Amino acid sequence: MAEQQLDARRLLCPMPVIKTQNRVRELERGDILTVTCTDPGALNDIPAWCRINGHEVLETRESGHDVLITLRVGEARSAL
Amino acid sequence: MSEVAPPPIQRRAIALVSGGLDSMLAVKVMQEQGVHVEGVNFFTGFCVEGHTHAIRKKDQDKDKRNNALWVAETLGIQLHIVDISEEYKDVVLNPKHGYGANLNPCLDCKIFMVNQATLMLNKARELAGEKGFDFIVTGEVVGQRPKSQRKETMPIISRESGADDRLLRPLSARNLPPTLPEREGWVDRERLHGFSGRNRKPQMALAKQFGLEEYAQPAGGCCFLTDESYSRKLTDLWTARNERRYELDDIMLLKVGRHIRPAPHYKLIISREEGENRFLEGYRYQFTSLTTASCPGPLALVDGTLENEEQRHQAAAIVARYSKGRGDDQVVVEMREPGGVARELTVTPAHPDDIPLAWNVG
Repeated sequence: MAEQQLDARRLLCPMPVIKTQNRVRELERGDILTVTCTDPGALNDIPAWCRINGHEVLETRESGHDVLITLRVGEARSAL
Repeated sequence: MSEVAPPPIQRRAIALVSGGLDSMLAVKVMQEQGVHVEGVNFFTGFCVEGHTHAIRKKDQDKDKRNNALWVAETLGIQLHIVDISEEYKDVVLNPKHGYGANLNPCLDCKIFMVNQATLMLNKARELAGEKGFDFIVTGEVVGQRPKSQRKETMPIISRESGADDRLLRPLSARNLPPTLPEREGWVDRERLHGFSGRNRKPQMALAKQFGLEEYAQPAGGCCFLTDESYSRKLTDLWTARNERRYELDDIMLLKVGRHIRPAPHYKLIISREEGENRFLEGYRYQFTSLTTASCPGPLALVDGTLENEEQRHQAAAIVARYSKGRGDDQVVVEMREPGGVARELTVTPAHPDDIPLAWNVG
């Protein structure tokens, strides 16, 4: 089970979501990914994206100007 | 043994989801007929969605949610957001079918997006067989949009996107010839709709019928290219550069601040409030920037070059004009190069008459 980091700082939504989505595609079920963003909108959008696509948000927190979202990759459910 | 009919295969559709009401309803109509729907949402770089609200402080109280994600969650569908910003440049720069009222290439845009969805559909069919997808759904309505959603443009979109009769518009299907999903009985044409025109009452009634009480403002407001002021700024950029091209940073910066062009070779992007200030901060390592040092004031980026001392003072005086020290005799302005080297300029703030209206690009 891998633990990975993704730097999505200075990107505006929806780019942090897109980067997260594209990285998650390369990961296996159960892997952990922490995404660091500066757009506070990511605090809404990445968890929403996770709920929709079956991934689990383990933690969201703010650190200075950064927001960090940690998720556990769920089962790949789509052919897209 | 009694004969039991095999359960019908659940058909699968890819829906273009903008976050607006029409595509939301189109998905819902399909779900009501038992179709499995997954959404795709395309990021062109010109989307009004989300991030402008994130930039501007005055909008911070508004819900910063991404509407496409919200629609997907409300309807219980998966959503795939696809970054097409690079490929999309060709749509904006060379639209075969031309522009609408502003720089909106709506017809080419729709063809492009449906084509992208068609490529996704074809790939998924190749890789996943039955777990692939059978057709594409959009929220298009005949007569809804002057450039792209007309009776004549519907078959053009189907044909030129390559989707052909795998493209179904559930809200307007009854005004159009039957498509493959209708002819094959995957969906019941009788339970599709015949909406047309710009009147949105039928959509609102249908939303009510589905119990959807909350939805984003009706379509059209989701793309900056339909905006007159934005289109003017984009045209100005092309004129100043003597060529029609753009990078993602260019089109992001056009969404922010006051844009003043005192000369063809340089433009000032001046923040109007704190949120824009913070946003422009992130670009200071790429652009020469100006801030007032002797009083609170905006942050300004210089897009282009200040060629001599006179121009540097001119730029500083304009920035001072938008600071708290606009009434002072003198204001100290700090000018910082992208590399971090800074110097101070003492200037008299520009008088409003010194900034002709023609310099204001938006």
